Amino acid sequence: MTELATRLEPSRRPLAGLYSGNVRAVVVRGLMALKTNNWAVFISGFVEPVLYLAAMGIGLGPLIGSVEGPGGEELAYSAYIAPALLAVSAMNGAVYDSTNNVFFKLRFSKLYQNMLYTSLGPLDVAIGEIYLALQRGFLYATGFMIIMSTMGLVTTPAALLMIPASVLIAFGFAALGMGITSFMKRFQHLDWINFALLPMFLFSATLYPLSVYPGGIQLFIQALPLWHGVELLRSLSVAHFTTDMLWHVAYYVVMIVVGVVLTTSRLRTLFLK
Amino acid sequence: MSETTPSVRSLPPEPAPRRGAAAAAERPVVIRAENLVKRYGDFTAVDGISFEVPAGESFGLLGPNGAGKSTTMRMIGGVSRRTGGRLEIMGLDPEEQGPVVRAHLGVVPQQDNLDEELRVRDNLLIYGRYFGLPRAYLKPKVEQLLDFAQLSDKANSRVDDLSGGMKRRLTIARSLVNEPKILLLDEPTTGLDPQARHVLWDRLFRLKEQGVTLVLTTHHMDEAEQLCDRLIVVDEGRIMAEGSPAELIRRYSTREVVELRFGADRNAAVAQQIGDLGDRVEALPDRVLIYARDGEAVLEAVVARGLSPVTSLVRRSSLEDVFLKLTGRSLAD
Ligand SMILES: Nc1ncnc2c1ncn2[C@@H]1O[C@H](COP(=O)(O)OP(=O)(O)O)[C@@H](O)[C@H]1O
Ligand SMILES: [Mg+2]
Repeated sequence: MTELATRLEPSRRPLAGLYSGNVRAVVVRGLMALKTNNWAVFISGFVEPVLYLAAMGIGLGPLIGSVEGPGGEELAYSAYIAPALLAVSAMNGAVYDSTNNVFFKLRFSKLYQNMLYTSLGPLDVAIGEIYLALQRGFLYATGFMIIMSTMGLVTTPAALLMIPASVLIAFGFAALGMGITSFMKRFQHLDWINFALLPMFLFSATLYPLSVYPGGIQLFIQALPLWHGVELLRSLSVAHFTTDMLWHVAYYVVMIVVGVVLTTSRLRTLFLK
Repeated sequence: MSETTPSVRSLPPEPAPRRGAAAAAERPVVIRAENLVKRYGDFTAVDGISFEVPAGESFGLLGPNGAGKSTTMRMIGGVSRRTGGRLEIMGLDPEEQGPVVRAHLGVVPQQDNLDEELRVRDNLLIYGRYFGLPRAYLKPKVEQLLDFAQLSDKANSRVDDLSGGMKRRLTIARSLVNEPKILLLDEPTTGLDPQARHVLWDRLFRLKEQGVTLVLTTHHMDEAEQLCDRLIVVDEGRIMAEGSPAELIRRYSTREVVELRFGADRNAAVAQQIGDLGDRVEALPDRVLIYARDGEAVLEAVVARGLSPVTSLVRRSSLEDVFLKLTGRSLAD
């Protein structure tokens, strides 16, 4: 029999009490559990922006004709709204997973509590779960891109940059979504999130330009996360590069950092109390 | 190590043979708790508990519901932050080095918290992944654990479909996936039928033989007597006594106990009349207990006084009697 090593070496890793460098296990678990996923819900989140693209682009588009794009050039209406709906797609995927699914694991299946009894730390769990949500956003966005290209709405190679940009958008929504969900105690609280998402989707300059609003409302819309995603993707779709893009990216980076820190500290408060 | 290890041992009917206290003292301490305190608001759940557990020992926390056992276990596991005191698990503070400490702990919580979205085998597999263990190690390990838990034929079942005893065994098997040096078992057999309990006890004996340090809580005195080398009796967050089961019984009780039932309305009155018999007489609502070295002799004396109990029983003293002596209350709820 081997001699018991009874003294452990402390970890010198920064954040040793919060992080074990094993995000992958959390992700693997999420993928294993996909078998019991609710596919109807999965599909419906994807279909929503596709339906908008069909109804507005194909139905309203001919009535509206062309509109002015980010660089001042004329764009078909469907080409104008498609990148915005792509941002919505990335958002939907990320938010659905990081709210409903996370809430279930947090309050009902006690999955996170279970994980934290092992050598996983709250930061591993937070990043792993956020990654899973982001991945759903990425899947939705990729599917949406395919639909866009079959409709002839991908016209420049630069438009491919919309894919990594969608990942950034999904990451931001996943991180903040999970952070906010960690404060929710009842299923009804989740309805508030859905309640906030629909108007944000409709009014974030998705279907018409921001300039239709008076100044004060413009500022309010510009403070919301979806607007930054819409602007970023719309500019990329026509290869119109500006320094504003840096602000949009920075907005999401802040969202990600805030979301990860918030989620980690909440997991700690809830399960390591 | 030259310690004699019996090869295979079946469940002994009597309390397991204990290693001497001297041998225990030589082994290095793996858990050191000093004056542990846990408060929830104004309420003090754990009120200054201190103890040390040497490697390889089977250490118990015995106490009624609400005594603070689970809270103490959670602090050891680093999933509950203490309000005061010091705690060292294999030299580290579990609050500062949670992931490192838990890598060497196996935890069986009071409530099974299996992953209901995954199947039985996958539960073990993914739990191993949480510890960062590689697939190559886990593949054979998981089969071995399924066998240990007698769940090999349930490997592909849904967790929902397992019985209570099976879930408990799976939870225990799961806690072993990282080959822990210390196993924390919070009421491992509560809610199981007697047969399932004996199967579990047998599994725990085997682990102990392999040198795993066991820390377990229970409010079953027979479980504590069977499994623990040494235990603390806990009540209302404080330690009432500490020692091996045999020591505690010797110190706080007599060799035998006579249990007499005269009917609820007569017990107290009769207790007065026989107060001089044995070392001590305890009147409970449902029965009278007489603590004595020789139970049969006391029973004869009772009968000689013309008292005829409805039922009578002479038995050996147990930890239940120790608890009663220390707290004036009975362990069972
Ligand atoms: N999270 C909590 N908040 C408030 N009180 C708690 C909490 N957890 C446990 N307690 C209280 O602390 C006491 C000890 O609980 P516990 O450690 O579970 O006891 P045991 O495991 O010995 O039955 C009980 O009175 C219980 O109600
Ligand atoms: Mg308990």
